[in-house]
Amino acid sequence: MNSAKAVQKSPSLLTTNLVFIGRSLRHSLRNVESLLMAILLPIFLMLLFTYVFGGAIDTTGQYVTYVVPGIILLCAGFGSSSTAIDVATDMTNGIIDRFRTMPIRAVSVVTGHVVASVARNMLATCIVIGVALLLGFQPEAGLSDWLFALGLVVLFILTYTWLFAAIGLVTGSPAAAGGYGFVLLFLPYLSSAFVPTNTMPSWLQGFANHQPITPVIEALRALLIGGPIGNNGWIALLWCAGILLLSLIWCAVAFRMRAGRR
Amino acid sequence: MNQNAIEVKGLVKSFGKAAILKGVNLTVPSGTIFALLGPNGAGKTTLIHILSTLTKLDEGSVKVAGFDVESEQKEVKRSISLTGQFAAVDELLTGAENLRMMCRLSGLSTDDANSRTRELLRQFDLEDAADKRAKAYSGGMRRRLDLAISLVTHRPVLFLDEPTTGLDTISRRTLWEMILGLKQQGITVFLTTQYLEEADELADEIAVIHGGRIVASGTADELKSRVGGEVIELRNSQDELIGTYPTSGGLADVRQVLNSAAHAFHPDTKITIRKPSMDDVFLALTSTATKEASIS
Ligand SMILES: Nc1ncnc2c1ncn2[C@@H]1O[C@H](COP(=O)(O)OP(=O)(O)OP(=O)(O)O)[C@@H](O)[C@H]1O
Ligand SMILES: [Mg+2]
Repeated sequence: MNSAKAVQKSPSLLTTNLVFIGRSLRHSLRNVESLLMAILLPIFLMLLFTYVFGGAIDTTGQYVTYVVPGIILLCAGFGSSSTAIDVATDMTNGIIDRFRTMPIRAVSVVTGHVVASVARNMLATCIVIGVALLLGFQPEAGLSDWLFALGLVVLFILTYTWLFAAIGLVTGSPAAAGGYGFVLLFLPYLSSAFVPTNTMPSWLQGFANHQPITPVIEALRALLIGGPIGNNGWIALLWCAGILLLSLIWCAVAFRMRAGRR
Repeated sequence: MNQNAIEVKGLVKSFGKAAILKGVNLTVPSGTIFALLGPNGAGKTTLIHILSTLTKLDEGSVKVAGFDVESEQKEVKRSISLTGQFAAVDELLTGAENLRMMCRLSGLSTDDANSRTRELLRQFDLEDAADKRAKAYSGGMRRRLDLAISLVTHRPVLFLDEPTTGLDTISRRTLWEMILGLKQQGITVFLTTQYLEEADELADEIAVIHGGRIVASGTADELKSRVGGEVIELRNSQDELIGTYPTSGGLADVRQVLNSAAHAFHPDTKITIRKPSMDDVFLALTSTATKEASIS
C-alpha cells in the first residue's frame, strides 16, 4: 500500500453543523456590538415607545400592550441584520477557502450564523416580553396561544435571518452588507406595529395593509392579547414561509456563485 | 513506491478573456518540497487553487495524491491541506479554539481534538497565547497558527501559498525549520514564494512560472547554471552597482562585455566576476528582454 493514498474520514453533517453553530454562538458572545444590540435594544425600544411616544399615540395608557408585537419584530429585524455582516466577513477573509478545501459541507458555515442569530433574537424577544410585563403589559394568552405566538416569532426570525444571510453572500464587503438591510429594517414602521393603519393617509394604507409585517403583527397581537385572529394567522404563515423559501434558494445560489468552483 | 504526489499535464486556465495558465506541466515526487517561483500576478495562487479543488480547470489533467481533482474531489480534499496566501484564522476565537474547531471538522473526536490541539500548540510554540484571541496575535504567531491548523490531521500533501510573506527574518527561519520538519515526516510540500532565498533553502525542486508557463525548472544549482557560468558586476568609484551582465564565463563572452563596458563607463569602473545567484536566475527568466540575451 502506498501512504499517499491514505484517506482520512470526514465528520458527519451533524458534527459539522454543531461545530459551526458553536463557533457562531461564541462569535455572538464576543462580538460586543451584536450582544449589546440583542440585550439593550429591546429595553431601550420598550422604554422609548412606552414613555416617550406612547402618551401621544394612545392616551388611555394601554399603549405598552399594543406595541409589544411591534417591538419584538423591530428587534428581530435589527438582531438578524448582523447575520449579513457575519456571513460577508467569512466570505471575504479567506477562511471560507480553508473550509472549502476540507471534506465537509462548507455551506454549514452559514447555517451556524443563522442558528446563532435565532438564539440571539430569542433572547431579545424574551427581554422585550420581560420588560413589557414590568411596564404593565397584560397578556391574555393561554399556553397554546403563547406557543403559537412563539412559533410565529421564530419563523419570522428565521425568515429575516436567511434573507440577511443571502444579502451577506451577494454583497462584496461586510460594510456594504451592513448597509443593504436598511429597507428591511424600515418595514415595521410602515405597518400596524405602532399605530393602526387606518390612521395613515390612504395611499399609505394600501401598502401598510398588504405588506408582510402587518399580518404577522396582527396575528401576534390577537394571540397575545386576545381578539379575533381572522385570516391574519394564515396570511402571516404564508408570507413568512414564502419569503423563507425564496431566501433559502437565494442563499444556495449565492453561495454557489460566491464560494463555488470557478 | 515511487509515486508522484502531484502530476499536472497541459493545464490551461483563463478568467474570462485573460489567459492565466497556458499549458503548465509539472511533477512533484512524494515526500519532497517543491517551490513555485514567480512575480506578482504570474498565476501562483490560481495554480494552488486548482490543485486544492477550489478552482475549476479549463483543460489538462491534474492529479493530487493519485486522485483526479475534477472527478475525485472528495478524495483529494481528504489528502490535502491548504494554507492560503492570507492567514485564514478565526479572529474572534482563541488559538486553542481555532485548532479544536479544525480538529473536529477534520473528523477527530472531542478527546482526540483536545489532545491534538495541545500537541500542536506546543509544537508551534503557541502555548502561552493559547487562550488569547487570534485577533491579538502578531503576524508571525498568526502564520504559525495558520500552519498548525493545516496540520491538525495527517494529510500527505500540503499547499503553502507564500507562507513567509510579511514575516521578519527570525520568524521566517523558524517557519523554514518547521517546513523542513514536515518533509522529515514524509509530507509533500508544494509552496509558492517570491523569495528566491526561500526556494533555494527549502526546495528539492524549483519551477519558475512566468507568462502562464513554467519557464524553467530544476534544482537551485541547475537553475543557476542555466543563467551561465559567471556574472560580471560593474561598480562606480562610489561602489554603487551600475551594471550586471550574465556571461558564459568564456573568454570571448567576457571580453565582449568588457569591450562594450569600456565604451559606456568611466575608466575607474570596478569589475567583479561572481557565480550567479537565484536573483539573477529569476530576473533572467522573467524579464523577456534579458531572457534572450542570457539563454541563447
Ligand atoms: N477569480 C478571478 N477572476 C478573474 N481574474 C482572476 C481571478 N483570480 C485571479 N485572477 C487574475 O489572475 C492573475 C493571476 O493571479 P494569481 O493570484 O494567481 O497570481 P499570483 O501569482 O498568486 O500573484 P501574487 O504574487 O500577487 O499573489 C491575476 O492577473 C489576477 O488578476
Ligand atoms: Mg498569490
